[in-house]
Amino acid sequence: MINFGFSISKPRTIDIDRNNLHKSNEIMHEMPELQTCIGCGTCTATCTAGNLTEFNFRKVHTLVRRGEYQGAYVEMNKCMLCGKCRLLCPRGINTRGVVMLIKRKLGDF
Amino acid sequence: MKRSSWTDYQKDIADDNYYYARSCIRQNFFPGSEKVFLDILSKDLGRNIFDDPLHTSCTGIGYHSDVVPLETIMTVVARQFALMSEAGYENFTSSCITSFGIYTELLNTWEEFPETEERTRENLYKATGREFKIPKNLSHTSDVIFHHREEIARKAVRKLVNVHTGEPLRVVEHIGCHYAKIFPKKGVGGSEFPYVLAGMVESWGGEIVDYPERRHCCGFGFRNYLVQANRGYSVANSHKKLESMAPFKPDFIVCNCPGCTMFLDKWQYTIAEMEGTTYGQNGQGIPVLSYEEMAGLVLGYDPWVLGMQMHQVDVEPLLDKLGVEYDPSAKYLGRNGKYIGRPERAIVNSCSEDTLYKIRR
Repeated sequence: MINFGFSISKPRTIDIDRNNLHKSNEIMHEMPELQTCIGCGTCTATCTAGNLTEFNFRKVHTLVRRGEYQGAYVEMNKCMLCGKCRLLCPRGINTRGVVMLIKRKLGDF
Repeated sequence: MKRSSWTDYQKDIADDNYYYARSCIRQNFFPGSEKVFLDILSKDLGRNIFDDPLHTSCTGIGYHSDVVPLETIMTVVARQFALMSEAGYENFTSSCITSFGIYTELLNTWEEFPETEERTRENLYKATGREFKIPKNLSHTSDVIFHHREEIARKAVRKLVNVHTGEPLRVVEHIGCHYAKIFPKKGVGGSEFPYVLAGMVESWGGEIVDYPERRHCCGFGFRNYLVQANRGYSVANSHKKLESMAPFKPDFIVCNCPGCTMFLDKWQYTIAEMEGTTYGQNGQGIPVLSYEEMAGLVLGYDPWVLGMQMHQVDVEPLLDKLGVEYDPSAKYLGRNGKYIGRPERAIVNSCSEDTLYKIRR
């Protein structure tokens, strides 16, 4: 094979048409209030674990909703379940419940 | 948005008396295209066009790669306009999309910030002793062909139709970012629905393919390919487009911009070598044409006169569909019958092994 000195970069686009949304749909079905998330990031801003680690709750649950499950379970394990995010969520979403639900559904990933 | 909304974005295109500015990339990689554009304008359409040997590169590649400063490119562009004024022309037409974008950008800069125009006039006078007038009309050469598309259709010897099935050829059109994405009102159809190539294809009997990544960049992007290590990003863009268009089985791609023509053509070879993927039918590449070549084929020019032997992906399958008569043995014979060399065999090519060439050699 010819060595061109470069290779085709992989795009970082999330292709919802190709992603398997089965698990995501299950999560949204069991926790429909997650659909009201406006992505404000208050949960991440106040996160105790986020202050100590790279854990970003908003990023992880947004990716999971788009069918990007890789690494989600490991990330969610960083949550201390303190519940501060739930107190501050402007939509009143049971964020701690979301953490537990994602862990339960995506244990294989 | 409605499909017809392109009609909101119209531009004035001069009808005659053009000053022609060549393109660095087109005249090197597709030399027949510029020659045939001049021939179509002057011989087929009877228009007056001046091909000035004194003009230079607009330095757009250097400008977009941050090696040519703004003041320098302004002075270079002012010199082109000065040459046009000296030759007695008022309508400027450029072969390159990058140049077209540069001219548009600088004319707007001079309008918005008149002091930059004054400084440019001063710089030009100090450097060359020349003075310039702002062109009355600025068009890309595709605008000029678009303007004359119905006249070309009347003189056409063939249509963009598959002679074997009678069906219109399926054409992917690629406009080029600098045509209308910078200044949408300076392009026919704006940036959302550029109609410049679609109009030509529809007038000449072809069918436009509308695919998801139709407006995506080809990945040319100047800095993206100038540095070898960055070219993976560049090729990824063409890869994305080709992946998106392949399911629609286009017969050929027609490009507006010289850089896009080069990249969509040559990256097919690179992708085939890297991944073994080809996007055309029968396991070959998709032929990539410039709009001048497409117009030339419609008007009955010989494909080798159009310079189509310079393409990476062989065009013979397309010529067969169009019913173009050509001499395979003359493919790699340049002017006066001199052998010009031939490319190595590649996956994207269909006709690379032809004993006739070897006999001639």
